Amino acid sequence: MAFHKIYLTVNGKDEQVVVPSNMTLMCMVRESLALTGTKNGCSAGECGACTVLINGEPVNSCMVLAAECDGAEIVTVEGLASDQQLDPIQEAMIEAGAVQCGFCTPGVLISSRALLDRNPNPSEDEIREALVGNLCRCTGYVRIMDSVKAAARR
Amino acid sequence: MAINAHPTLPEFDYLRPETLIEASDFLVRHAPDARPFLGGTDVFVRMRDGLLTPKFLVDVKRLPGMNDLHFDPLSGLIIGAAVNMNRVIASQEVQEHYPMLAEACRSVASYPLRNRATIVGNICNASPAGDTLGASLAFEGVLHIHGSDGMRRESLVNFFLGPGKTRLKAGDIAVALHLPPPPAGSKGTYLKLGRNKLSDLSIVGVTALAHPDSAAPSGYRFRLVLASVAPVPFVANEAEDYLANTPITSDSIRAAARLAAEACAPIDDVRGSVRYRKQMVKNLSTRALSEVWEKLKK
Repeated sequence: MAFHKIYLTVNGKDEQVVVPSNMTLMCMVRESLALTGTKNGCSAGECGACTVLINGEPVNSCMVLAAECDGAEIVTVEGLASDQQLDPIQEAMIEAGAVQCGFCTPGVLISSRALLDRNPNPSEDEIREALVGNLCRCTGYVRIMDSVKAAARR
Repeated sequence: MAINAHPTLPEFDYLRPETLIEASDFLVRHAPDARPFLGGTDVFVRMRDGLLTPKFLVDVKRLPGMNDLHFDPLSGLIIGAAVNMNRVIASQEVQEHYPMLAEACRSVASYPLRNRATIVGNICNASPAGDTLGASLAFEGVLHIHGSDGMRRESLVNFFLGPGKTRLKAGDIAVALHLPPPPAGSKGTYLKLGRNKLSDLSIVGVTALAHPDSAAPSGYRFRLVLASVAPVPFVANEAEDYLANTPITSDSIRAAARLAAEACAPIDDVRGSVRYRKQMVKNLSTRALSEVWEKLKK
């Protein structure tokens, strides 16, 4: 199997990684870069636990090859906070108690951040549509919705 | 079928050729072990389930023309094969001239997945459930394909041969989908029945498009394309002919929907039975045709 040397930015830091062809972006951030905030849920692009930003847009990182990301700018959940300061969506989720088991939380945070970046004042329907690909098996959706609305007001 | 949630994909070589000729040559030389690769939203799922074992994935997303998205009032719309569905949805020109296509794209999976999913990939996968196939057919789409003999065009009308089967040959790379300018005054809708309101595969999908046409005895020409009710996207010719020849009323719309339900050939599967699907074709076709008719009358 072929290997590829790729250069990319992850959470603002330049990285150089050698990846096999079949390595997904999810495996690369978890295993090569030890950023285990990104979770492996379904490996089928359905649950959203592995959502990360590529060049500012959310994607299911289990459905992207690491080799495709040469030159890309990646943000994982670890990159949301900066200078000891949480992202408003992180603060809102803590305040609303929008975390139960926590497995879906990194993906929910990334999808919500991306929504607020492209639409700072989303309607209830727009939030639902943006988060339809983030499944919470604890079914704690009400507080997730509340926290996105609260973050939008900040 | 085994559900494989293993994050690792089976082994293959990823490569990114620089030119279409190079890519087609490679695909021909390594057929059937090499596949063109766009967003991967379908191919990765099938690889993890062991249904596909390509030795080479040939990334064609950066080849010339693949990222084009432009509209010309005379020639219509070009959607490059690598243009993801969110880009199509966000396009002002698509919203203005082909709103039904944007609507169909919005019904696909989730926002993050639509950052990878493409209309051309949806077409090449040829799933009978493909959400954007109906709109692409109703707008009389033509695929621009680069093969070992150079560029050619294939109308979607004869493109689909069965589930996952198309007229694509070894070495073929779909470069773009071309939609001619929509018929003057056309209105359309896409209604999708899934197990939940958003993001699911369709149990039944109904695409309806219509426009005024003085050559038709009824004064209108309707297109009706059904998803998930036949081995290929199903064009309900009987219903279309009926509405071209019968004055449009709520009764004739219901009769046309019945013709569509009788003509389609669904299967029993995990998402629905034959009987249920036929009922839903009747109900949703009635709803879709009525909705389009209301829009036309305005």
